[in-house]
Parts: sequence; structure tokens; C-alpha cells
Amino acid sequence: MSFLEISDVHKSFGHNEVLKGVSLTVERHEVVCLIGASGSGKSTLLRCVNQLEQVNSGEIHIDGDTVTGAGVDLNRLRRDVGIVFQSYNLFPHMSVMDNVTLAPIRVGGVSKREAQEKAMVLLESVGMGIKAKAFPDSLSGGQQQRVAIVRALAMEPRVMLLDEITAALDPELVGDVLEIVRELAHEGLTMMLATHEMGFAKEVSSQVCFLDQGAICEHGSAQQIFEEPREERTQQFLSRVVKSGRL
Amino acid sequence: MSSSSLIRSDVQPSPAPSPPQPVLPLTVAAVVASVIGIALMVLAAVELRNFNHHGVVSTIIGVVLVLLTLYPLWPTLRSIGAGRERARLLQDGKLVAARRSAARGREDAQIGMGYAVASVVVALLLLMVLANSAHGNGIAHTFFSSSAWRQSFSQMLPAFWINIWVALIAQVLVLIFGLLLAVMRMLPGRAGAPLRRIAIVYCDVFRAVPAIVVIYLIVFGVPLAAPGLTKISPTLLGVLALTLTYSAYVAEVYRAGLQSIHPSQTAAARSLGLSYFQTLRTVLVPQAVRRVIPPLLNDFISLQKDTALLSIAAIGEALLTATIWQAKLFNLSPVTLAAFFFIIITIPQARFVDYLINRDASKRAGG
Repeated sequence: MSFLEISDVHKSFGHNEVLKGVSLTVERHEVVCLIGASGSGKSTLLRCVNQLEQVNSGEIHIDGDTVTGAGVDLNRLRRDVGIVFQSYNLFPHMSVMDNVTLAPIRVGGVSKREAQEKAMVLLESVGMGIKAKAFPDSLSGGQQQRVAIVRALAMEPRVMLLDEITAALDPELVGDVLEIVRELAHEGLTMMLATHEMGFAKEVSSQVCFLDQGAICEHGSAQQIFEEPREERTQQFLSRVVKSGRL
Repeated sequence: MSSSSLIRSDVQPSPAPSPPQPVLPLTVAAVVASVIGIALMVLAAVELRNFNHHGVVSTIIGVVLVLLTLYPLWPTLRSIGAGRERARLLQDGKLVAARRSAARGREDAQIGMGYAVASVVVALLLLMVLANSAHGNGIAHTFFSSSAWRQSFSQMLPAFWINIWVALIAQVLVLIFGLLLAVMRMLPGRAGAPLRRIAIVYCDVFRAVPAIVVIYLIVFGVPLAAPGLTKISPTLLGVLALTLTYSAYVAEVYRAGLQSIHPSQTAAARSLGLSYFQTLRTVLVPQAVRRVIPPLLNDFISLQKDTALLSIAAIGEALLTATIWQAKLFNLSPVTLAAFFFIIITIPQARFVDYLINRDASKRAGG
């Protein structure tokens, strides 16, 4: 059985069906990139995996356990599944350190000192150690996003979901954030990322899914999707991306 | 398509340079307003001096007030100078310099007018207060009698202390109970529905019923509920009545604050594994409270002055004491004294909250 199995997931917001039967399997240590136009359902799919959105039908299994439907311990699930958002969503009333240690202390039951020591190691590793006492509003977008990644990592998740984490950043700040993701990929963290950074997707992913109108239109290896896309819609999408200079 | 076909110079001709704006009309208006202000203030100063039987203090105050009303003349005179300069520069063809002089002159004239209007308002208020004082029954005699203040002060001050501690205790209770109501009202799911409805009905009812009615109901009603309850002091029941009323308002303030926090904050907290109540406690409430401090303080000031309503339940606070003295002296000045007390304790609170807001902003920006 695969590590993460998404089978025939449907999700609607009112009458708007956003996911129309998505199935996908992710193995341990795999990095899966979701590409596709805005509104194609990339973010919704990620949010369904950690149940920020509840699926209407279909099932999601993580490590053999069903995580959709009633009776699932959501707080437990979310400890295993980290997510980083496009808009960082740091807590503005807390320092960087408190942002990172909040969940380990409150949810993980780690002592404050231990949590802070570990947070410091993580913050240092992304070059944010000196900003531990700063508040999010005083940081640049790239710095905030690095803190947000560390905040998710501090819970030692088994899967990381990255939801267009560079989309809101100034171009010159994107590199720092992607470098961290690259390292995580090399260390073998299982990740699903929705992204518009095609060059990056090509480089890190073991699997690329092209979503179109709420369904997986084509999926395969990075090389196959980017070099020889089979589906016409994939080709159209990629040619538009090339035209805008993003690949 | 070339840009030259989109924008042609004959469509957008160069405009003639704009002439300097006139200064004279504003200067004239400033002079007139200043003169009116000075005249009214002289009148008021004379009245004040007569009212106080030509006392030294009132003479000094009158002189100072008149001197202050002379101030608007200063910018007005400068605007006259600037107006002349404008005319001279315009004749020399120095258009830009003339425009700058005109702008300076106009601003000076407007400053003069502002202060002149202020002195007119102050003088008129003084005249209204002092009107009829020759006959011994004007506003000044009835509300601003210093001898009545001196007689009542020693009893008014301890009475006002009751207002202060009633307000303080009620404010603390309101903060807690209001938050409880707000959280109740935002409980999720079907299981939360009954409590949600109770909170809604509570807020509707207690915002609808006048505070004075709630005070009657609680202070005179609660002791009838059980024999043991008759021992509770009416003042504590008054605190309870004010708490019940103001919690309904404060709950709405909290709710507005909680709802103003972007849903992404909840998503971030929940995705880290925090439970609903942990998210409320560590992420939503702290942010919401910071945001609602100004409206919260508004309600607190309102609560503070509504402590005067407790006088109808025969609680010996400042207003009741003032009315007792009013009956004794046939003079309303003790009531004005109570008003002064309320003003004096309100101002520091407003400044304190400004300080809190500024500190929070600079702490976050400065890191």
C-alpha cells in the first residue's frame, strides 16, 4: 500500500464542483508537484489532504489509515501533515520563536525549553536564527515564508503540503525559499506542492500532476510532462507558461 | 500600432500657467472674525468680573482670555503682508514666487480664522453661562457656584469613590462575561446551536432593555428571590446590573473583533494540530482583543458614567449625594461638580489606551 492514497475525491463549494474525482498515490520520500491554472483545484486538493476542507466523496488514506469522513482525530492527523500557505499566515501577535514553538508546546507536549532549543536549530538552518525575537510584521515576505516552513517542520510532519508558497513573494526572494524546499526534498521528506515555478517543479519532483478543471488531466515524471506532454491541454498550458517566460 | 497615433499633442495642448490665487478675501474674513472674537471676549471678561464682584482672580482670568483672543491677529497680519508681496511679485512677472506668497498668505489667513472662530465660540459660551448673573439666577449662579462646591466637596469625593470602584469591578466582570458570551455565540456545529441561541437572545434582550430598568429589576428584584439574598448590599447588586447590561454590548464588540480575524489564521492554527479552543485561546482572542481595545474602552467610559444611574436605587454615589446637596442648598452646582469628576477620570483612560495602541504598533514594527 502506498504512503498517501487519494482515491476518487470530489469536493464542491455550493454548486461549484472544484474537484471532480481526483485519484493520486504518493510514495514515501516522493515529491509531487501539482501544476495547472489558477482555479484548477490544486490548493483545494492540498487542503483536503489535511482536512482543512472536508471531501464530499472519495477517500484519502495516509499510511494505511483513512483520514476522511467522520470520527477521524483531525488534530492528530494535522500533526502528521504539515502545510505552508501562499500568504504565510504567521501569527502577527507572536514573535517568530513563539510562532514556531506554539504547536510543539501546546499540541506536542514538549517542554518550553526543549521546544525553543529545537526551534532555534531549525531557524538557524534557514538563516532566521537572528530574527527569533522579531515579530512577523517586521520581516520580509521571504523571511516570513521561511519561518512558516520552520513552523510546520517543528511538528515533525510525515508529509508536507506546500500551497504556492512562493506565489506572493518578490522575485528576488523566491530563491531562498525554494532552496529550503530543495534541501527538504534531498533529505527525503515526502512533499506535495502546488506551484507555478515550473523550472523548480521540473528539478525537484519525482511526479508531476497537471490539473485542469478539477481533475488530473495528465501525470507522469517531470521529464515526461515537461518534455513530451501527451494531452493537448497540457501542451496548451505549458506553451502559455513558456510564453510568459516562466519556463 | 505606434504610440504617436494614440497620443497627439493637439489633443493635449500645453495649459497656460495658473495665476496665483487671491489672498484678500480670506484676509478680510480673518480680520472680521478676529475683531468679533475680541469684542465678544471683552464683553465676556467684563461680565465675569462683575459676577465675581471685581475680584482679583476673575480680573486676571478675564485679561488672560482677552490677550489670548488677540492671538489670531498675528497670522492675519502676516497674511496681509503676504498679499502685498503677491501683488508686487505678480507685477514683476514672477509667477511662481507670487503663487508661493499667495499660498502662504492664504494659509496664514485660514489659521487666523480658525483661532478667531474658536475664540468666538468660547466667548459665546462664557456669555451664555454668565447671562442673567446680575439678577442672581443665571447659569453661573445655579451651576457654577464656588461656595456650593466648597460645601459639598468633602462629601462628594468619597461618594465618587463608589462610582469608581463600582465601574472598575463591573469592567473586569464585563471583560470576562462578555468574552464568554461572544465565544458562546460563535460555537460551531449542531451541538453548539442551543448555547448559540441563548447567547443571541441574551445580547438582544440586554441591549434592548434600558440600563435603568435592569438596575430596578436587579437591585429590587434579586433580594425577593431568596431570603439569604436580602443581605447582599445594593451596591453589589448595582455592579451586577451594570455587568449584565454592558456584557451584552461588549460581547458584540468581541464578536466583531473575532470575526475580523482572517480565516487563514484559523486555518494555520488548526493545520498545526491546535484544537478549536486552543486556536481561540492562543490565536484568535489575543488578536481580537488588541483590535477591539478602542471600542471596548468606549463602552467602558459609557459604563463608568452609567454608574450614576445607581442613584435611582438609593446607592449613595456621586449623583445621589449631589442631588441631596442640591436640595439642601437650592443650587445645582454639586451636580456640575460630579460632572467634573467624571471628566477628570475619563481623560487619562483615553490617553492610556492611545499609549497601548501605539506601543503595540511600534513593538510589532520594530521587532
